[in-house]
Amino acid sequence: MAETLIDIDILRYRPEEDDAPHLQTYQIPFDDEMSILEALQYIKDELDSTVSFRWSCRMAICGSCGMMVNGEPKLGCKVFLRDYFPNKITLEPLANFPIERDLVVVMDDFIEKLESIKPYIIPAQEKSIDDGEYIQTPEQMAKYKQFSMCINCGLCYAACPQYALNKEFTGPAALSLLARYNRDSRDAGGAERMKIVNAEEGVWGCTFVGYCSKVCPKGVDPAAAIQLFKVESAKDYLIAMFKPD
Amino acid sequence: MSKRKPYERELPTDWWLKHAFYTKYMIREGSSILITLYSLILAWGVFRLSQGPEAWQAWLDCLTHPLSILLHLAVLVLALYHTITWFSLAPKAADLWIKGKKLEDKPIVIGHYVALAITTIVALIIVAAY
Repeated sequence: MAETLIDIDILRYRPEEDDAPHLQTYQIPFDDEMSILEALQYIKDELDSTVSFRWSCRMAICGSCGMMVNGEPKLGCKVFLRDYFPNKITLEPLANFPIERDLVVVMDDFIEKLESIKPYIIPAQEKSIDDGEYIQTPEQMAKYKQFSMCINCGLCYAACPQYALNKEFTGPAALSLLARYNRDSRDAGGAERMKIVNAEEGVWGCTFVGYCSKVCPKGVDPAAAIQLFKVESAKDYLIAMFKPD
Repeated sequence: MSKRKPYERELPTDWWLKHAFYTKYMIREGSSILITLYSLILAWGVFRLSQGPEAWQAWLDCLTHPLSILLHLAVLVLALYHTITWFSLAPKAADLWIKGKKLEDKPIVIGHYVALAITTIVALIIVAAY
């Protein structure tokens, strides 16, 4: 029986020889159980060792293999050839990020944004280890758990036209991470972080496109985190009007 | 020497036509333009009412023009579209917890439709009464 084949276009960019990215087509045997990431590994092992892409865990935990699959932000390990077969598949590096090389993007800005929101518990009072742990009930944990599921894959930034238009926008994942800490009962850094939320490039940079929540592979729902913060931010504004610092 | 040369892709001006999700978003947001126009026509009507019966009648006559009817139909369709999309997004802006559990999306969306039905019925009763 003749082998079934599938075409995969990859947007290639090698900075040492290319001035601009261009598509290159590869033809590989179609396998019902092959993920897009495995297809890339096949291409790299069997057809062209110069193709660059990031990957690690192969199971939607590490957040490394984010890329545009037929124009949509996806984790390479979480989509399969069968989802697209018999159509051609086009792979491009994550949108809205500069291309480092082939499917690898520069994520520095994204990482800086994650760091900028004080992503650590700021307790009301420091306790020594001898005083024991900070106690939390399952109910208190439920308030933030969803927002703690982020794997920093960057798909939501690739989905966000507001980030595309204005790179100053704090963006979906960083604001969700901010929600994760502000909603934590052990944390007392809420007021500090609300300054980031209230800023021009904070939640008000969002126009509720909502695609970030659609593409999130972990169900974090960044759009919800941001809309809830808009309510908080509006309350902050009103309170500040009557009670200036 | 570093061979690094990060490539910045430009966002095409028709980015919102490249994906149905973005196009639907732009229609949702764009509906505000026609809804503003509708509000202005309505406000104009109130102004004409203050100018006496003839002015009011002239405004009413204007509304029967086929173009006006077409515009109002378009506004109705867009307002309904905006309502449906808005209601489906409403749970994202709601953080309601009952007995330690987050309220599901469905009752929030249904609540919005019930509120819409009640206000519509009340408005129709008022219109019918006068």
